[in-house]
Amino acid sequence: MRVLVIEDDQETASFLRRALKEQGHVAEYAADGQTGLELARANAYDVLIVDRMLPKCDGLAVIGSLRAEEIGTPALILSALGEVDDRVKGLRAGGDDYLTKPYAFSELLARIEALARRKSPEEGSTRFVVGDLVLDRLSHKVTRAGEPIMLQPREFRLLEYLMKHAGQVVTRTMLLENVWDYHFDPQTNVIDVHVSRLRSKIDKNFATPLLHTVRGAGYTIRDSAH
Amino acid sequence: MTALTKLFRTTTFRLSLTYLALFGAAAVVAIFYIYWNTTVLLTRQLHDTIDAELKGLAEQYADGGLTQLVRTVADRSQTPGSSLYYVADPQGHRVAGNLTSITQELSNSLGPVEFEYSRPAEGGIETRLAFANVFRLPGGYRLIVGRDIEDRRELARVIRSAMLWGLGVMALFGIGGGYLVSRNLLARIDAVAATTRTIMEGDLTGRLPINGSGDELDRLSQSLNLMLARIEQLMAGLREVSDNIAHDLKTPLNRLRNRVEAALREPYGEPTYREALERTIEEADGLIKTFNALLSIARLEAGAGGDNKESLDVAAVVHDVAELYEPVAEERGITLRAEPVEPVFVRADRQLLGQAIANLVDNAIKYGAPERAHSGNGSEPEVSVAIHARGPMAEIIVTDRGPGVPSPDRDRVLDRFVRLEASRSEPGSGLGLSLVAAVARLHGGALRLEDNRPGLRVVLSLPAENRALLNVAGHQTPGAELRSA
Repeated sequence: MRVLVIEDDQETASFLRRALKEQGHVAEYAADGQTGLELARANAYDVLIVDRMLPKCDGLAVIGSLRAEEIGTPALILSALGEVDDRVKGLRAGGDDYLTKPYAFSELLARIEALARRKSPEEGSTRFVVGDLVLDRLSHKVTRAGEPIMLQPREFRLLEYLMKHAGQVVTRTMLLENVWDYHFDPQTNVIDVHVSRLRSKIDKNFATPLLHTVRGAGYTIRDSAH
Repeated sequence: MTALTKLFRTTTFRLSLTYLALFGAAAVVAIFYIYWNTTVLLTRQLHDTIDAELKGLAEQYADGGLTQLVRTVADRSQTPGSSLYYVADPQGHRVAGNLTSITQELSNSLGPVEFEYSRPAEGGIETRLAFANVFRLPGGYRLIVGRDIEDRRELARVIRSAMLWGLGVMALFGIGGGYLVSRNLLARIDAVAATTRTIMEGDLTGRLPINGSGDELDRLSQSLNLMLARIEQLMAGLREVSDNIAHDLKTPLNRLRNRVEAALREPYGEPTYREALERTIEEADGLIKTFNALLSIARLEAGAGGDNKESLDVAAVVHDVAELYEPVAEERGITLRAEPVEPVFVRADRQLLGQAIANLVDNAIKYGAPERAHSGNGSEPEVSVAIHARGPMAEIIVTDRGPGVPSPDRDRVLDRFVRLEASRSEPGSGLGLSLVAAVARLHGGALRLEDNRPGLRVVLSLPAENRALLNVAGHQTPGAELRSA
């Protein structure tokens, strides 16, 4: 994955680049909005990580200009402003996701991987398959090894989101935001309990578990045989 | 600015001057009108009287010529009254009449004329005003018939002096009254200004004086005092918050620092370091959460975050939240019940409302857990979320069967960082209820805690939107499938 980091704080930027490289991604870097805009125009990136407050050209303006030129590279906004209205402003300006500082790198990584995947054709498909688990988005049916699995509507959406990002790490906040559409931080491990319920329905009676916990990050659904 | 110029510049004083001028002008007009009309009336009466006299004398003259006229005039002159007569021969000498002498000017004039004449009075001779008609008789004789109109002159004098005195007294009372009223008002305003200055200098306990008269200034002072009380409360809150921040953020920061230091001293190497670092991250995350919650509360209390309000169904939000928490509740052996209700619409920010309800449910589950419930009272470990419409408010009611909150603490727990001793063992920042209270305030609602006998009953009330017409029949009643066995 080729990532452009537009961030004016040198230390944050170098931390991000090093960490992204460790994950096997190519990370390039711009220290101000103007340079970032030029780089984003000239090269094809999979994801942009844009700090909201930048010298010369503010982060939202960078994304706004790109969108005006019909450059649709997914962009994650990083900001110290974390309130709902800030998020709404960021997304309205053309950002695809919004992450508040300070953040865990695992959260950032999970989010940009999810963003990069957005462009893939799987996004719009009507059937998700992971190993012998099949989810049909049209008929709302889930089967594992041909056996039907009964899910509550919310469990279905949870599984749908996990399977849409099969093989990727999905964090608890991503689940809360995308499955429940809430952006606050529930104090209790509510998401974990939902996931473990889902797990008991899809994994319990089968030899190979598909839904895995990624320590310190979140969850992933994948066929471990691969 | 001297005290006097300050006084003269007050609105009250200027107003009284303006009114004084207006009333003075009105009084002058009224008096002048009365005077004018009186004069006209008197003049007409005068002319009528003189005309009647003349008519009588003309008849006498027609009867018996000059001789009879002179006799009649002499006769009439005997009767006391204000009628004046004079018959003059061609040389101007008196032939008959009660006027002792006439001036040259009068003897030469003809027709109606106003003149002054002298007559004996107590202690000498007085000059009086008269009006007369002068006729020429055949043979160079003249007849002057008139009336004394000194009374009229007197009337004019009286009215003029009444006007002057009246205006003078009015001005005196007006300016004096204005002065007194302004001074009184100015004194009160000065007191307000003085209080304001002491408040600006940092003494927030100052309050504006109220004299209990209930007038507009009193009412204004009362409102301002309420505002001051609110400001004082906010400032006290701010002070308390900064103290609490110092405590609740510094304590974990210190713990974090100690841990890192201890890890550095450890001789055992990587596994220990790793564990220490992981705990450090956990601690940092906790700090970040606390910090975020604090910022949110501060922003909500400053009135920010109200831009994303929309009309939404509280029942749907309650349903969502109940569904989100139901597995956790079940895991802890608590039945979470969301009472099925009709849609109730409020204008709210969905995220904030969702978070507020989530905080309430989260608390209820944490503190309503079985091991916390009173033993032996037979109450089920149960948390319920219900919505009631009470008048114009929609009330979201979250109840639990935990130990509850003793009534003296009920207001206090809404403050930031306040955690009851019993809850210290549970993770939490002590900001959850403060945030709910802030959300309630932002939406024009309120949060109150009540006794659930046993347990806690938290009521979050929000102004409901009148959407009765939009309540479509057949709306899915939430909650039914949430009942956990």
